[in-house]
Amino acid sequence: MNIFKAILDAFANPIFYSLTLSAATPLLFASLGGLFSEKTGVTNIALEGIMLLGAFSGIVGTALFGSPWIGIILAMMVGVSAAALHAWASINFQADQIVSATAIILLAQGLTGFLLEPIFGKPGSTDIYNKIPKIELKFLGKGSFLYNMIGSLSPFVYLALILVVVSWFIIYKTKLGLRIRAVGENPEAADTLGVSVYGIRWFGVLMSGLLASLGGAYLSVGELGQFTENMTNGKGFIALAAMILGNWTPKGALFACLLFGAADAMNEQLQSNPSLAISSSVKPLFNLIPFVITLIVVAGFVGKTRSPAADGEPYEKKG
Amino acid sequence: MRRMIKKKWMRIAIPIISIIISLLIASIIIIWIGEGSFADRIDFLVEAYTELIKGAFGNKTAVMNTIIKMTPLILTGLAVGFGFRAGVFNIGAEGQMAMGALTATIFAVNAASLPSFIAIPLTMIVGMLAGAVWAGIAGFLKAKTGAHEVITTIMLNWIAYNITNWAVTGPFNAGGGIPKSPEIASSAKLPNLLTSQASFMSFGILIAITAAVVMYIILYKTSMGYEVKTVGFNPFAAEYGGINVSKNIILTMAISGALAGLAGTLEAIGLYHRFYGTLSSGKGFDGISIALIGQNNPFGILAASLLIGALRTGSNQMQFAGVPKHIVMIIQSIIIFLVAAERMVMTIMGWNKKKGAK
Repeated sequence: MNIFKAILDAFANPIFYSLTLSAATPLLFASLGGLFSEKTGVTNIALEGIMLLGAFSGIVGTALFGSPWIGIILAMMVGVSAAALHAWASINFQADQIVSATAIILLAQGLTGFLLEPIFGKPGSTDIYNKIPKIELKFLGKGSFLYNMIGSLSPFVYLALILVVVSWFIIYKTKLGLRIRAVGENPEAADTLGVSVYGIRWFGVLMSGLLASLGGAYLSVGELGQFTENMTNGKGFIALAAMILGNWTPKGALFACLLFGAADAMNEQLQSNPSLAISSSVKPLFNLIPFVITLIVVAGFVGKTRSPAADGEPYEKKG
Repeated sequence: MRRMIKKKWMRIAIPIISIIISLLIASIIIIWIGEGSFADRIDFLVEAYTELIKGAFGNKTAVMNTIIKMTPLILTGLAVGFGFRAGVFNIGAEGQMAMGALTATIFAVNAASLPSFIAIPLTMIVGMLAGAVWAGIAGFLKAKTGAHEVITTIMLNWIAYNITNWAVTGPFNAGGGIPKSPEIASSAKLPNLLTSQASFMSFGILIAITAAVVMYIILYKTSMGYEVKTVGFNPFAAEYGGINVSKNIILTMAISGALAGLAGTLEAIGLYHRFYGTLSSGKGFDGISIALIGQNNPFGILAASLLIGALRTGSNQMQFAGVPKHIVMIIQSIIIFLVAAERMVMTIMGWNKKKGAK
């Protein structure tokens, strides 16, 4: 029964909540990115690759210009460029979107591994550089429960939460959002009404590059201060799972990312609980929980998710 | 149909042109990272490619290493290619390979009492079954609930990754630094076809080539192959024509998974003689590239596996010339990007001018 006590202990520990938030943040960026792309009808499983590029170029920018903020800008530029490749192939040339995205993932792994040595002088990982400073809410009282919970978080965390609202607003409350949804559900009808299907899809895919690269940059310049080879380690795929589990809505993505983040944080807490002596071999069993949940939900056993009707379908301009 | 009607020669020409373009881009990158005058950089480029070719084919050991790399790639390429033919995208070869390897290894570790001629085929069957079941889950979900196989196989990949990881660090751990399973019984080890100095090469390659031939026969000479291709070409027409589409989807996924499971099994019983949790290192994903480059044709897949296997092997030697081996991933990504966006290649070559007529 030790384990139940340990779980309760974790819930009572403020660190659990801050760990949850910081684990959910990179997922949230990428999930929202994937959402923009898929809402317009272009699947983007390349989130993993774009995050990796974002993480890498974030550190490159920091190393070259001495400021992690410039790192973030570089990361966004690189992320958007990678997404542009995906958009170009899959929108203009009607390439298979899954294959084109697979190519981007491979390209990201190849490029980051390839450039690591010429730029940083050694393979595997970079040195440690400046990070984006955390936002300290001193008025909460250093050491208080609330302070330990939310008093010292990266600005990325706040940005991700704000972006949930912004995304919701764009997709459901603006003219652009109406067009996005129209193109994702029925591109023929949208085209007939004079909406530029290609233009809207380009916008969606580029947004996915922008947001996913921010998620990646958070991992390097926001959290760790360095880049290590393949440091995203599947986070792009978890983000994809979160987007699906959240039923292709920003709010859903938020809850799914928090759930996955909490699973991660609980894992950390249970591992480090001295009274439990859980061996690290159990860690993978916790890590598979998000994927099992998503699989069950996708299969329709619990709840029902629905993707945009034209998701994954290339569209050929008429005339 | 959204796919443009291609002439037969284009099916061969597009991958070849994509390969050439990707090598050109790689050459530019290598020249760019080189140092000194332009002539020095050209020398550097020539040296890099010479090392690449030497590393892949330069001597007996190099050729053996290329064949060893090629073996699982043939099988994952066939796995993905067979799926494509039936209209399902099996992106889960990675997970099926790992589950196949894990299950086969568990069986093979305990197979000491069986003679080789029983232990080896049985181990292979066990590994194929594990892969088939793992992929079959995705097939079943697609057929029964409509869950998209790309999503489910991605989830199954990560579940498999964590299960195998747990197995080799926990209950099935042989101790020592690197997580690994105990060694398999010697009766379950695949005999060697060739040896050279300290290295060896098992019969695995012959099994992989046989699988390619069998797939060719199934696809082109049997009614089952005809059904699979019909479902892939147009599921509605297939249903109308009396083909059980659900059954076909599940069966296709299972066969695809069995091929991937066999890839993992051969690695375990032919090469490592045990299972290292993170076995695949992208071979399942490479299957996608290989199926595309080989245009889903079993013999095309053999050729594509040779190409990727040689690049991967040769790149280790190219590192000594000062070019990081990751260049191969860049080359590979450009190839599949171009093959996927074949219209891009057709535009570059000016082949689709008549497209307007449609």
